Amino acid sequence: MTDSSDLHPDTFISMRGITKKFPGVIANNKINFEIYGSEIHALLGENGAGKSTLMKILYGFYQADAGQIILNGKPISIKSPHDARNFQIGMVFQEFTLIPAFNVLENIALFLPDLQPVYKQKEVGERITEVSERYGLHVDPFALVSQLSIGEQQKVEILKLLLSDAKLLILDEPTRVLAPHEVDALFEILESLRKDGYAVIFITHKLKEVLECADRITVLRGGQVAGTLPRSEASEEKLVELMFSRKLPKLQEKQKTDRKETISPLLELRDIETRGEGFEASLKGINLKIFPGEIVGVAGVSGNGQKELGDFILGMGKSIAGEKWLFGKDITNRPIGEIRRSGVGFIPENPLSMASVPFMTVLENMALTNTWRYARRGGLRMDWKAVRKDYQTTQEEFGFSFSLYTLPKSLSGGNLQRMVIVREMTHDPRLLIASYLTRGLDVLSTIAARQALLQAREDGAGILLISEDLEELFALSDRLIVLFNGEIVGTFDPSDTSVYEVGHLMTGAEVPYAA
Amino acid sequence: MLHKDNHKKQRNQAVKKILGSTARYLMMVLIVLLLFGIILLISGKDPIQSYKDIFTATLGSAYGFSEVIVAMTPILITALAVALPSRVGLINVGGEGQLYMGACLATWGALTFDTLPAWALLPLMILLGMIGGGLWAFIPGYLKSLGLVNETITTLLLNSVAPSIVSFFVYGFWHSPMETNKTPNFVPAARLPTLFNSRIDLSLFFAIFLLAIFWYVMRSTRWGLEMRAIGGNPQAAKRNGLPLNKYWVVVMCVGGAIAGIAGASQVSGYYGVLVAGFSRGLGYMGFLISWMSFGDPIGIFVTSFIVSIIVTGGNLLQLTSGIPYAVINILLALTLFVVLARLKIFEGKKT
Repeated sequence: MTDSSDLHPDTFISMRGITKKFPGVIANNKINFEIYGSEIHALLGENGAGKSTLMKILYGFYQADAGQIILNGKPISIKSPHDARNFQIGMVFQEFTLIPAFNVLENIALFLPDLQPVYKQKEVGERITEVSERYGLHVDPFALVSQLSIGEQQKVEILKLLLSDAKLLILDEPTRVLAPHEVDALFEILESLRKDGYAVIFITHKLKEVLECADRITVLRGGQVAGTLPRSEASEEKLVELMFSRKLPKLQEKQKTDRKETISPLLELRDIETRGEGFEASLKGINLKIFPGEIVGVAGVSGNGQKELGDFILGMGKSIAGEKWLFGKDITNRPIGEIRRSGVGFIPENPLSMASVPFMTVLENMALTNTWRYARRGGLRMDWKAVRKDYQTTQEEFGFSFSLYTLPKSLSGGNLQRMVIVREMTHDPRLLIASYLTRGLDVLSTIAARQALLQAREDGAGILLISEDLEELFALSDRLIVLFNGEIVGTFDPSDTSVYEVGHLMTGAEVPYAA
Repeated sequence: MLHKDNHKKQRNQAVKKILGSTARYLMMVLIVLLLFGIILLISGKDPIQSYKDIFTATLGSAYGFSEVIVAMTPILITALAVALPSRVGLINVGGEGQLYMGACLATWGALTFDTLPAWALLPLMILLGMIGGGLWAFIPGYLKSLGLVNETITTLLLNSVAPSIVSFFVYGFWHSPMETNKTPNFVPAARLPTLFNSRIDLSLFFAIFLLAIFWYVMRSTRWGLEMRAIGGNPQAAKRNGLPLNKYWVVVMCVGGAIAGIAGASQVSGYYGVLVAGFSRGLGYMGFLISWMSFGDPIGIFVTSFIVSIIVTGGNLLQLTSGIPYAVINILLALTLFVVLARLKIFEGKKT
């Protein structure tokens, strides 16, 4: 049994010996984790280290197989998120849970535990204003959520928790969707919350952020606690060692290439205009050239036309104006099959819904982009041996290992991404459109994927790299464009631009009103 | 080593899957029999006796069995006419209409070229049947590829048009001197040969041949792979460069052509004459079978066999115990209901 005297005197909640198994994995293995009454506690670890599982247990989303949770010295059982809220625990998920058609006030009112059947809007509004002013969470209570930026929506999520009396806030990768200056603002908010006696746990895998704002850091590795340190004892090297139990290989330095002016571009978009349907963004006046041996990075907050730009180049949807030239040929509004066959690779932003067929084996999925290449006897047969050989070779080259005989739906998110990367890079595309290349990948695979991209560039391929990770874009790109609201609002050389400059443009801060 | 393990694992999984699906199948049959038993009880019949009667009358004698096969042949074909488009994600409710149009064109061939010998006339009629059904399915397929109308709606609506067109020709131009609702009997050269001294005719081989082709195309060919991809995730298939629109139009037409074969072989084999309104829902029955078996070739075979037992047995019940034939429709509806409920239950379990 746990003796409460071995706990730190400030301890608010303590998780002891938490174990959680899923079929085939031990997501959490005898984890001990303590949160003090007022602190910012970073939960650091690789994808699949068990961070989210642990927090979902604390929020009552999952039940632990073994172990207990102790609140102020008393063991408690949290069976549902509802219980968790009664114990003053709140969580902000990666995917927000706001209702876009409601305004801020209505969204918050929905969440209040003490809401009267007939509630006074004014009263709730006053409460919101009071709390938001105290902690710098400025949002207009009467603005529609659908019109708020991602950063503002996050503020609403935090406000929701504060107004429903949460003392402990769990934030699941809160910085993933934010521009750099928004991240700074978030950290200020967290700091002021901590001063007021709130506890904050924030899940992340970014070392820099941890060192910037956390009071204490717990590192998980393979479902176990690798260590807990105060910030004063933490350094980047130390955290990396805890996360991976070894030093990481270095990414090979990118060679500067001098582009000859005479070389013709692989891809050229001239004044492209599209009309987006539903929630899609429309592309406006896009002019873009991609040359051989160059990586063009596309920065932007998601939903500003990145998906549409990638899709348009691939041939999804038609333009209403402008021309698209590929490898010296006018291919405006030509079908995707033709564009693909001429040597275009495409890594979409969502490998599950946009790249794979769930009820076909991985091997069959691999063959899909190149059915013509593997068809024998005019299509009566498929040469599965050749398919296997090709893709296994690439897989080994990249150091990936996933089965070719399972269904994609049983692959983890990381392996799904690996599958798509292997598939799209096996046949040495001359032009590669890569969206969120390293999403869901662990650090080793991330390095392998980036290395592969640099290698393709070396070999003369042109690459359009769409990402929300500015660090990645700055590390890999030769040229950086910023998309906002379907327009290219800036073109930069990453070597003489700051992250902040790009970040500001991403949120539309310096875009003048259209005349 | 690794490969061997993989294969073994795959085989074990396959065996497990087959056992599991068989168990589920039996379970569904049991539930249906139970529910239908209640209805029989309410109408004052002894369910166990009725089931026994159905069983002995259909599988208990050579004649009964041959009648089951006769009933199975057209619905096996119309089931394929639905199953094939379903693989590219198209819902073809129009088997009925396509079957009528196939029968209509085949009849035109039989009446116009009645001097041709059988070896020329029969293939011509089948071909005309395929053209009739295929063209009828081209309309919804093409509209779908333009992104204008959902094929479910158009195929369904065209189902009420096709029988009227048939009636128009039958009553208007083709009717026999004696009766206004049918054409004159076809000449012997326009009749499909029968087999084993029974009413089973050559169309049974069409059905089995089509089933085998369907199985092979889906399993081994490039087109099968591409079709499964389009049906499995159209978004991904499109980004992989597969021509969705082409497939939609072509596959829909092929589906319609298959239903057209069923229509042609009904008039050429079973009836030997075109009767207005002859089908009595063969197309819908195929739809039911295709969805009950999730477009799986073996499933289609087994299901159409079972449904034929029900239908043939139902005809018999009507004669012997005075239960109206409409009861069979209740039974079929119950079956579909159970199958769909099963789908929902499984979806629920997954998450």
